[in-house]
Amino acid sequence: MANHAVEPTSSAPPAAADGAALSGAATQRRTRRRYSLLTGRDKIVLALMVGIPAVIHIGLVWLPTLGSILLSFTSWNGIGGLDRIKFVGVQNYVNLVTTYPAFWPALQHNLLWLGVFLFIATPIGIFLAVLLDKDIRGSRLYQSALYMPVVLSLAIVGFIWELQYSPDTGFINNVLHTRSSDPTFIDWLGDSSINIWAVLVAASWRHIGYIMVLYLAGLKSVDQSLKEAAAIDGANERQIFFRVVFPVLRPINIVVLVVTVIESLRAFDIAYIINRGLNGLELLSILITNNIIGEASRIGFGSAIAVVLLVISLGPILLYLTRAMREETA
Amino acid sequence: MAESDTPRAPSPIDLAVRAITRRDVLKGAAAVAGIAATSGILAACSGGASPAASSAAPAGSAPAASSGGSAAASGGGASGSTSLGSNYSDDVPKKAMQAVVDAFKQKSGIDVTVNTVEHGKFQDSINSYLQGTPDDVFTWFAGHRMRFFAAQGLATDISDVWGQVGSNYADAFKTASTGDDGKQYFIPFYNYPWVIIYRKSLWSDKGYEQPKTWDDLKTLAGKMKSDGLIPIAFADKDGWPAMGTFDILNMRLNGYQFHVDLMNGKEKWSDPKVKSVFDAWKEIVPFLQTGALGRTWQDAAQSMIKKQAGMYFLGTFAGEQATNKADHDDLDFFAFPTLGTQFDSEQAIDAPIDGFMLSKAPKNPDAAKAFLEYLATGAAQGVFLASSPNNVAAAKDADTSKYSPFQQKMAEIIGASQKIAQFLDRDARPDFAGPNGMQHFLQAFLGSPDQDTTKLQGQIQSFYDSLGPES
Repeated sequence: MANHAVEPTSSAPPAAADGAALSGAATQRRTRRRYSLLTGRDKIVLALMVGIPAVIHIGLVWLPTLGSILLSFTSWNGIGGLDRIKFVGVQNYVNLVTTYPAFWPALQHNLLWLGVFLFIATPIGIFLAVLLDKDIRGSRLYQSALYMPVVLSLAIVGFIWELQYSPDTGFINNVLHTRSSDPTFIDWLGDSSINIWAVLVAASWRHIGYIMVLYLAGLKSVDQSLKEAAAIDGANERQIFFRVVFPVLRPINIVVLVVTVIESLRAFDIAYIINRGLNGLELLSILITNNIIGEASRIGFGSAIAVVLLVISLGPILLYLTRAMREETA
Repeated sequence: MAESDTPRAPSPIDLAVRAITRRDVLKGAAAVAGIAATSGILAACSGGASPAASSAAPAGSAPAASSGGSAAASGGGASGSTSLGSNYSDDVPKKAMQAVVDAFKQKSGIDVTVNTVEHGKFQDSINSYLQGTPDDVFTWFAGHRMRFFAAQGLATDISDVWGQVGSNYADAFKTASTGDDGKQYFIPFYNYPWVIIYRKSLWSDKGYEQPKTWDDLKTLAGKMKSDGLIPIAFADKDGWPAMGTFDILNMRLNGYQFHVDLMNGKEKWSDPKVKSVFDAWKEIVPFLQTGALGRTWQDAAQSMIKKQAGMYFLGTFAGEQATNKADHDDLDFFAFPTLGTQFDSEQAIDAPIDGFMLSKAPKNPDAAKAFLEYLATGAAQGVFLASSPNNVAAAKDADTSKYSPFQQKMAEIIGASQKIAQFLDRDARPDFAGPNGMQHFLQAFLGSPDQDTTKLQGQIQSFYDSLGPES
């Protein structure tokens, strides 16, 4: 991925870009003449420094990716040698969009997840960070309390919220005193029209803390004099944040954006813990797992879903990369 | 106990760690076998000074050692050691399985190394496990799930073992152990029926009687409802428990043979007969515990045990939830009522069989087969069932005098059934029955049971067709 970032400025082989060490001043000095002055030992060291990460990167990232794409055009149950793999063209993709019942709900849920994180959870996290940055009393206490969920793995978060939502024994329904025979009974996890929201609350509970800490770290690094200067110029709190602090924190904003997108695309654990991604909690990542792991191995079909997820992930990744590239060339 | 996979995600790290440990254990076992083999060959003075000189295989490597082991074993009856890949990972069954292995060791002198894997993980990784370096004997399920691995060449034909133990099993068990090629691949260990379970004390307090027919059942359910009870406990969060209800209604309405043909793709899901199953199901929906899709079978069983619900249709493993002995003793059950069709006399039920298979290339086939023969005895099954009161032994010569009344009744109901099915997700191909297929479709039905199921049935059939030929 980093290849693209450096290519425009260097004539080195693309693989060289993986050595992140070769940047800045080094890049500028590296002209054809100086390069030839490198001793043989230098060249070996360079080749190793560049080659090893390149091999690891290609072997662990690109080959499996290409493998998945190739497998997505085949039918294979994972048993026997490679000769048992049958090429079926785009049949897997056709089945995916026509006969596979969980695909469209899963796609919707993944996008919903992204939307909720992007427009609700992340802004709340940022808002909390701004509040906590104000040195209010008990700031550290709030900070730890809000950060606590982040320390827990998503699997644990899933268990905790399952205890809240469980229809008969869960905390919420017991507080509300509803039994399954009542008309007001709410089946938090079983009703396919609300369980995704219940799960999103749980996921946001954790995500908000994460974003809050990231942003708080950024806010602490903002030069106080900038804010003071703005205040003297007559800016109110809101203006100071949106006109001064937010633009200054651009690098942090990008990190927060990337983290948010990654967290939503890899959504898996909570839904899988609660009901293995059935009945209203379908997610692409779970469909991949259900198709590939277990007795029902449909390797080709699972790979096709993985390719769909890859394509979705490429959107934000490309967006980020083009921005990053533009900055480096500027 | 669950028919299907448990809701635990195996992390790649877990799997890797497990693979390493199993391999290490096997290497250790193979090394031990190798030493035993070496001394055996030397003692027999078979010509060579050492195994390395007498064989082209590289000395000291694991395969060479293990082949030596089986050669030694074939010398004079079964000896040495073998291994068992077990999914009995809960404490109680795990100890019971160890007791079985110990009893076998005492009887035959053969050591069995037990490699226990958490049962959900065992099922999730079964494909790669059987293709890698599996244990000689492994725990598995009868039905399509067994036939699939037999057809894929991942299990060894044990018809010779069946020659020894065949007379100890009823025909239904032999059928359930037979692969597509007519050979046997499976040793039944125990099974359990799907029945309507209730609390005796609650029923005698209220004066309820066991329903014999479909109408009796609905009348009784109505009475329970007016008594303020949930008539029928129900749960399908796990995706598979509802399959039991589908199976029994299907077999009562359309017969055992239709069930088998439907599961194997010979009959179509779009058939009006399948619609009749859903229609019958709709008739009892008003009596089912609401919110089933968010409830686990454990919670549903609890509501029956706590006398909030009048009855519960589930496998007898529901008894596990009655941890208090007095509660367990108060449980009783009966076979699902008849629906007034020509298939009433069949009394077909789901009574899934758990048992053992022999992996494709056992390291010590003689010892492994000796172990399988032992597992087919009532004695071995009795040792296991002593701590598993919700199952009954599969072998004829099992000592039923030690059975609890609960177990006696189970044996009685299974005995009265002329046709025994395994269970939807054991009788049908796994990629169809699992979370991708039938689990999803049955939940879609239960989510809005008022729907006309014609469309749903069409979806089921086109999903089935999209799977293509199996293998």
